[in-house]
Amino acid sequence: MSEFKALTKQGLWENNPALVQLLGLCPLLAVTASVTNALGLGLATLFVLMGSNITVSLVRQWVPQEIRIPVFVMVIATFVTIIQLLMNAYVYQLYQTLGIFIPLIVTNCAIIGRAEAYASKNKWHHAAIDGLMMGLGFAAVLVVLGGIREVLGNGTLFDGAELLLGEWAKQLRIELFSLDYPLLLAILPPGAFIGMGFIIAIKNRIDAKRAQIQSTEKTVTRARVTAES
Amino acid sequence: MTLNSMQKNGLLLGLFALVSTALVLGVEAVTEDAIAEQKRTQTLASLNEIIPPELHDNDLYHSCGLLSDNALSEQPVPIYRGYLNGKPSALAAEAVAPNGYSGKIRLLVAIKPDGEVLGVRTLQHQETPGLGDKIEKQKSDWIRSFAGKRLTGEDDERWAVQRDGGMFDQFTGATITPRAVVGAVKSATWYLQQNSTQLFQDSLPQCNSASQGESHE
Repeated sequence: MSEFKALTKQGLWENNPALVQLLGLCPLLAVTASVTNALGLGLATLFVLMGSNITVSLVRQWVPQEIRIPVFVMVIATFVTIIQLLMNAYVYQLYQTLGIFIPLIVTNCAIIGRAEAYASKNKWHHAAIDGLMMGLGFAAVLVVLGGIREVLGNGTLFDGAELLLGEWAKQLRIELFSLDYPLLLAILPPGAFIGMGFIIAIKNRIDAKRAQIQSTEKTVTRARVTAES
Repeated sequence: MTLNSMQKNGLLLGLFALVSTALVLGVEAVTEDAIAEQKRTQTLASLNEIIPPELHDNDLYHSCGLLSDNALSEQPVPIYRGYLNGKPSALAAEAVAPNGYSGKIRLLVAIKPDGEVLGVRTLQHQETPGLGDKIEKQKSDWIRSFAGKRLTGEDDERWAVQRDGGMFDQFTGATITPRAVVGAVKSATWYLQQNSTQLFQDSLPQCNSASQGESHE
């Protein structure tokens, strides 16, 4: 259970693939022009990450060190292709929205990074949880960045969510303000870099604050201990 | 000894490649029909959108014929013909814009026999989400701006994006995509307009070749 807790903390915050490892930035920066696209790619990445982590973990005894990277790449590419075919066949609308980003998942270094750093050294169920948490952490950053860029660039949130989630999701669309001239910077790639920079800065700031609080708490307890003894 | 381990690794790698390929092929075989069906439904839906029911009383999808004419495209192009009370009423063709921002853009263009554009729809594209993808009906009304337009000549200057002095909007931050679409629609419209009489008369080979991914019988 503590392993589960540790993996959760690692994936979502302390070792977040997007904010700390800074992996998979290419798809991350490319798709986050809106929340819907971000969520779609986040989910697809999550599935691939779990699938590849489990598979890599299951075959790890038979794969010698020398050829592990090509084998990992093959496993990931297979999963991505399969997911692409399945989406094309059964969720065509979503496939059309995310079309070109699905193959991009292959190039997401977060996935091969987890295969190499965790899945190839741990049991399959731990690898599955690691994949789930890392995937969630990645998806969360995608959605936050997508939200910031969509609000600034379009004045909306969840625009086009019905393409991803079905007709009912039309109600999710929020129009915060309407813009005659959208803030193009937010939609274009530079906006993604700037937004990402701010998110990382905020995370580091929170971490710094927490570290500060912890260190003051420590000094206080230590003081008490000395006083009692 | 080194050779041995190299051989072993090579074989193992080959084995993995074999298994991966088999898996992908398996999934492809399972999903092939569903994908073809999705494409078919989408083409049909687009077709029915731009050629309204009051303009035709025949089955549009089965009116499809494959046209091989290098003036239009090097590949055979599916042509759909609408009739009302036995008279030609609408003509549609799949057009390809080869010069999109990323890859080809597949379009469906329909005109009345007199040359008026009934409508245009994007069937498939890989343009940048948030920018070039406004050519989708779901994202923007832009693609509807073709409806009702006429082409007066092969080099009708109004048929261009505004930046090039034409009458079609470009998108903020994306000119290449609309420019490509306008160009492709223009040449397809011109071709259909010039050859409409001929196209309604010709008996074209049926569109259910496997290369179109539409064989589902």
